[in-house]
Amino acid sequence: MKIAITAHGDDCHAEVDSRFGRADYFMLYDTEKESWKAIPNTQNVEAAHGAGIQAGQTLAKSGAGILVTGHVGPKAFKVLAAEKISMFSFGDSNGTVEEVLKAMLAGELKSIDIPSGIGVGK
Amino acid sequence: MKELVIVSGKGGTGKTSISAALAFLAPQKVLVDCDVDAANFHLISGAVVRECHDFQAGFEPSIDEQVCTRCGKCSELCRFSAISAGVITSPLDCEGCGVCAFHCPEHAISMKDKHAGNWFVSDTRFGRLIHAELGLAIENSGKLVSQVRQTAKKIAQADHLPLVLIDGPPGIGCPAIAALSGTSLALAVVEPSLSSIHDLKRLVELTSCFNLSTAVCINKSTLHPENTRQIITWCNSKNIPVVGQIPYSEVFRSAIKAGTTVMEIPDNQDVKEQIAELWHNIAKMLGVPLERNEISFFQKFKFFSKN
Amino acid sequence: MIISIASGKGGTGKTTLALLLAATRQNITLVDCDVEEPNCHLFLQPKWQDSGREISVMIPHVHQDLCNGCGACSAVCLFNAIAIAGKSALFFDELCHSCGGCLLACQQGAISEVEKPIGVVNTGMASTLSDVRLLNGTLNIGTPSAVPLIKIMKKEVAGLSGEALLDCPPGTSCSMVTAIKNSDYCLLVTEPNSFGRHDLELAMNITSLLKISTGVVINKSDGDLSDESIQSLCDSRNVPVLAKIPHSISFARQYASGIIPDEFRSVAADIWRQIDSERGGKG
Repeated sequence: MKIAITAHGDDCHAEVDSRFGRADYFMLYDTEKESWKAIPNTQNVEAAHGAGIQAGQTLAKSGAGILVTGHVGPKAFKVLAAEKISMFSFGDSNGTVEEVLKAMLAGELKSIDIPSGIGVGK
Repeated sequence: MKELVIVSGKGGTGKTSISAALAFLAPQKVLVDCDVDAANFHLISGAVVRECHDFQAGFEPSIDEQVCTRCGKCSELCRFSAISAGVITSPLDCEGCGVCAFHCPEHAISMKDKHAGNWFVSDTRFGRLIHAELGLAIENSGKLVSQVRQTAKKIAQADHLPLVLIDGPPGIGCPAIAALSGTSLALAVVEPSLSSIHDLKRLVELTSCFNLSTAVCINKSTLHPENTRQIITWCNSKNIPVVGQIPYSEVFRSAIKAGTTVMEIPDNQDVKEQIAELWHNIAKMLGVPLERNEISFFQKFKFFSKN
Repeated sequence: MIISIASGKGGTGKTTLALLLAATRQNITLVDCDVEEPNCHLFLQPKWQDSGREISVMIPHVHQDLCNGCGACSAVCLFNAIAIAGKSALFFDELCHSCGGCLLACQQGAISEVEKPIGVVNTGMASTLSDVRLLNGTLNIGTPSAVPLIKIMKKEVAGLSGEALLDCPPGTSCSMVTAIKNSDYCLLVTEPNSFGRHDLELAMNITSLLKISTGVVINKSDGDLSDESIQSLCDSRNVPVLAKIPHSISFARQYASGIIPDEFRSVAADIWRQIDSERGGKG
């Protein structure tokens, strides 16, 4: 299983990014190999519209089964739900990617069942 | 970092004047003018343009006349009646969908990036201002609004400024949606006219669609006290705080004429007091610093009175 | 004859001028093209002749059983309104421009079009003015683009007999352009200050681009030097200043209470005289 965590930087010590569509990076953790991989989302950070749609497709291609982020907008939610990627939220809390992964594996994070009302990431 | 957006629904209720007055009072902020097709904020903040950026949005067809056989396939498929057998007859109607280019049997049409305006980073008396100028008749105003907002956010983050103050566009369409989405607080500036009340109700429907915190400031409140009361009653019923009531005053007109904010015009204590209270209420709601330094809020207030 | 009333800046008095002009003319239709925030009906209190016609645009609909997720539709959509997710096309209506490109691109016949409501159009006779008909458009809240709704209203206007006055949306973007396009005359309302002047100039650029005869009305005039800067701009662009409406609190109060002000009707009549003679001059 691969778990993607939205982050401001490209390693597991980076701060998490609560935005999904406009996240700087997706940090991808492979639970079997216990390894990390960084997927840049730079192109979407610049996009004016539909960042969530593009980011959702990028994530689907990466093979992630789980997404851990702050908020998921309605467009991104539609894509992720169609791709059957489970979504979990760390809300607006700060921390490093590694810390958030720990919380995720410990079952401390809430799943996202409805999109946030806001289409553009905060 | 908090984003405060000033909107109104109806135009001309005093968005820019109130934004400018708040820009004068708020200590640390980045300013944004999101009324990209009729921007005015730069006119009263003494903006000096530091950076000018090209804004490209959407596409426009470019036709190779050497290759075009005038077969008319494009005119048949175009739903916007913008092209006629390889000639763009009505460029303003073209939406840039590319149907003509994709289906040209001779591949005579290509889609090119469209120049859709400019955006600027300027220095003003009140701090950095991000503003823009949309090209004539361009439809991507929402995209340009997003662009200036993102730039402002980046600057605020880099400079550790706690507030982005956004002068919003009128209406409730795409530029308004782009200016509102994801902000921390929407301040609706309304006037006690039936038109403005009507437009406020539509605006609030939109902000509640987006789950945004909304507050109301009644400008020109003394123009029609009965309508002012009606706004307050309605806001109470909707649980929307009325954070300011600014009396009708000629000072707004004189300030625009003088190219300054209302706060910089001598006298008119009642107006200034109300605007200062408005800022006080907003700063509290947002949890941003009220003041530049230790000078207390009310001391600064007295300082105005001396002028 | 179709006369559009526009301004760059909002709140300069488009609706007020439209109402004054309607009040001083026989057999006229007032068309509220400011569909994001329509206001004319508040003043005219019309008796609606219909319960409102719902206006729709066509948007694509995917038949999941026929879609093979090939991505051809997504590739041709320049508005990024289509994603391929979960092995089939996923549409985002709010980004769609109804161009029909995806329909043409789909080789599986998996896409058809369905109607999506974007607003409502009503017609009625004014109860506060005699002989004035109102055509009123209201955009559904959350609908990003007013353009398709304005276009449909303009089609109805083209079929009307007699004169029409168009109260247009503020700004200079697509919806304002759609509203003023193909009108016989455009009145630009401005205020005598730097905001008004700046935005008037942008609006003039549009009317000259569209080659529409244009006249300017200065509203909230103090009759002082500040009118001069508007006048000089108009002179340099060869656009006449048809009238000045003085700044008046009583006028503003009447407007606030939803009453069509009595004041300045003679100004409106004078504007009509000038438009008529300009139109007459053209034969």
